[in-house]
Amino acid sequence: MKNTSCKPLRKASVILAALLLAALIAVLCSCGQETDKVYIYNLGEYLADGSEGIFDCISGFEEYYEELTGRKLKVYYTTFDSNEDLYAKISGGASGYDVIFPSDYMVERLISEDLLLPIDIEATCEKYGAECNLENIGEQFRGLYYDPEDAYSVPYTYGRVGIIYNTNYVDEEDLGGWDILWNEKYKGKILQFNSARDGFGTAQYHLGIDVNTTDPEEWQKCLDLLLEQKSLVQGYVNDEVYNKMESGEAWIAPYYDGDYFFMLDVNEDLGFYYPEPTNVFVDTMCVPKGAPDKEIGELFINYMLSEEPAIASAEFIYYASPNSVVYESEEYAEDMGEEVMEVLYPEDFDMQAEFEKNAYRNLDPATLEIISSMWEELKISGGMPTHVYIVAAVLAIVIAAALAVMAVRSRKRSKWW
Amino acid sequence: MKRSLAQRSVIAPHVVWSVLFIIAPLLFMLFYAFTGPDGSFTFENVSRLFTGNYVLIFVNSLCLALIATVICLIIAYPLAYVFTKLTPKWQKICMLLLMIPLWMNFLITTYSWMTILEDTGIINTILGKIGLSVHMINTPGAVVVGMVFCYLPYMVLPIYSVMSGIDHKLIEASQDLGASSRQVLTKVVLPLSVPGVISGITMVFVPQVSTFYISQKLGGGTFQLIGDTIESYFTGVSVNYHFGAALSLILMVLIIISMGVMNHFADPEDVTGRPML
Repeated sequence: MKNTSCKPLRKASVILAALLLAALIAVLCSCGQETDKVYIYNLGEYLADGSEGIFDCISGFEEYYEELTGRKLKVYYTTFDSNEDLYAKISGGASGYDVIFPSDYMVERLISEDLLLPIDIEATCEKYGAECNLENIGEQFRGLYYDPEDAYSVPYTYGRVGIIYNTNYVDEEDLGGWDILWNEKYKGKILQFNSARDGFGTAQYHLGIDVNTTDPEEWQKCLDLLLEQKSLVQGYVNDEVYNKMESGEAWIAPYYDGDYFFMLDVNEDLGFYYPEPTNVFVDTMCVPKGAPDKEIGELFINYMLSEEPAIASAEFIYYASPNSVVYESEEYAEDMGEEVMEVLYPEDFDMQAEFEKNAYRNLDPATLEIISSMWEELKISGGMPTHVYIVAAVLAIVIAAALAVMAVRSRKRSKWW
Repeated sequence: MKRSLAQRSVIAPHVVWSVLFIIAPLLFMLFYAFTGPDGSFTFENVSRLFTGNYVLIFVNSLCLALIATVICLIIAYPLAYVFTKLTPKWQKICMLLLMIPLWMNFLITTYSWMTILEDTGIINTILGKIGLSVHMINTPGAVVVGMVFCYLPYMVLPIYSVMSGIDHKLIEASQDLGASSRQVLTKVVLPLSVPGVISGITMVFVPQVSTFYISQKLGGGTFQLIGDTIESYFTGVSVNYHFGAALSLILMVLIIISMGVMNHFADPEDVTGRPML
């Protein structure tokens, strides 16, 4: 009786499953027949994306592409958190991206591991009859160390690391150098980078050690300095720095210059300066190996160099642009304001020389491993207060006792039965 | 019993799925854990775990997870008991309220806890009005709060489901035999709900041991848990899948052992409650 009543139900469920499968296959097959696709992989909040009523580079490129080729295009735009995340994805093989935005040292690493495609934007532009914007890149941003021939990458933004501080709490006399990060006065109000390279960088610039040293002893010196700093540090943070600096939870943080202006929009009391020397970085646009459509990727890079998207993005993300169309634009300078322009584009700044001295370079795997384990040591040292262990031990004993009692009782009961 | 073709075809996708996404990744993990960067067999990754600070990291993770699990249990058990006493309509409403935090992304809830617990956060702003302040953020306690909040529903649900499945006749019988309400709770309800407690502990303890996001945001990165360490070997400055896999493997072994001990001691042969999940 039970069996027969179940049968129609079972049949129905099989049919339903089959129908669902068929529908799924139909959906999967039907999409993407006519439109071209391009996959972009960028840092978060790192391109004018149409939010807050500004220009939208993504739909802008779709229109531009349709005008150029008469074909429809869909841009798939995703973001990553750090260069290391990007590397983890790209190094795994076919990533499926057409354009990625790695930083200088990561470009060097990707090139050395043969993970990037050489790009020829001029040729592609010629092929599609597009105006080539490559010459907009300023002279001093060409042939930088990570890609001397400019064969793999096009610079997108550049910037430097500086110290952000809260003017309400930090005395003027303490400003100026890296030593503020080791100032006992601000114990518990100092933030530090939560990435090994940047974190060690602060100690290296402070001590005057080359950031690209391969001498383990020099790294050890930096580790000692960072260990000394740990009791003063409120936390090791990445993106939380916005929240904590804006709310006044923390008073001092080393961070990238463009992001300072983001925070300044929220909290007017924040100040900023560049300690000497400090890190210089360039973020670039590249085409990774295995890109589904390299040419559309190149067209996108070229498009990002043209006036409207370049200015809109530079205004949105607040980082300095190596694009002459941007930094020579009066409208841009006006929109950004004098103060911002002075910080981002100081007059006596020699990009090539600074970059030569203070940029992070890709290091050999052995050194990277040393850095990684030292960073781990920094994070673990000090550890947790003892009361945590005491509480945990007491709980463990209580649980063990409870289990033992239960086991004894259930045995007794089964004997009695 | 032989399965019909229809039955098998319904099961087949599930089997394929399990093999592809559960068994194959486990084999990959094993492979990576016991090979070096050059692909040759080695015990180095596993033996490295017992050098340096890794033991301390494991102890830290286990301690925090243990504390958080016990707090979850202390909160969840009475809560589940109260739920079963409500009318069906209120039971539904309460379950819904319990589930709502699960619908929010846990990254957002963790971030919110950060702004709640900070020195300039909501709690301290209110306390500040009466001249008090408590430092909470970037301490192990803050991490425990975050873990308890995120995983509490996973503790309540199985306990509630087992408790509401307890045959009411058993309770009536015990009352007829003269048991006080306290005795009913300790001698009848408590033993019968053990399977729910066990599965609740499993569902809460395991993710808590391997948590990483909560410890980074609420702990301020000032101490490191095993989840953070594993993550750093896959996305950090020096990527090492082999050692990361060894860490994951040992974590899994530890969890299986502790769960096995738990199940062995608390195996309730004479209990007819049905553990859900």
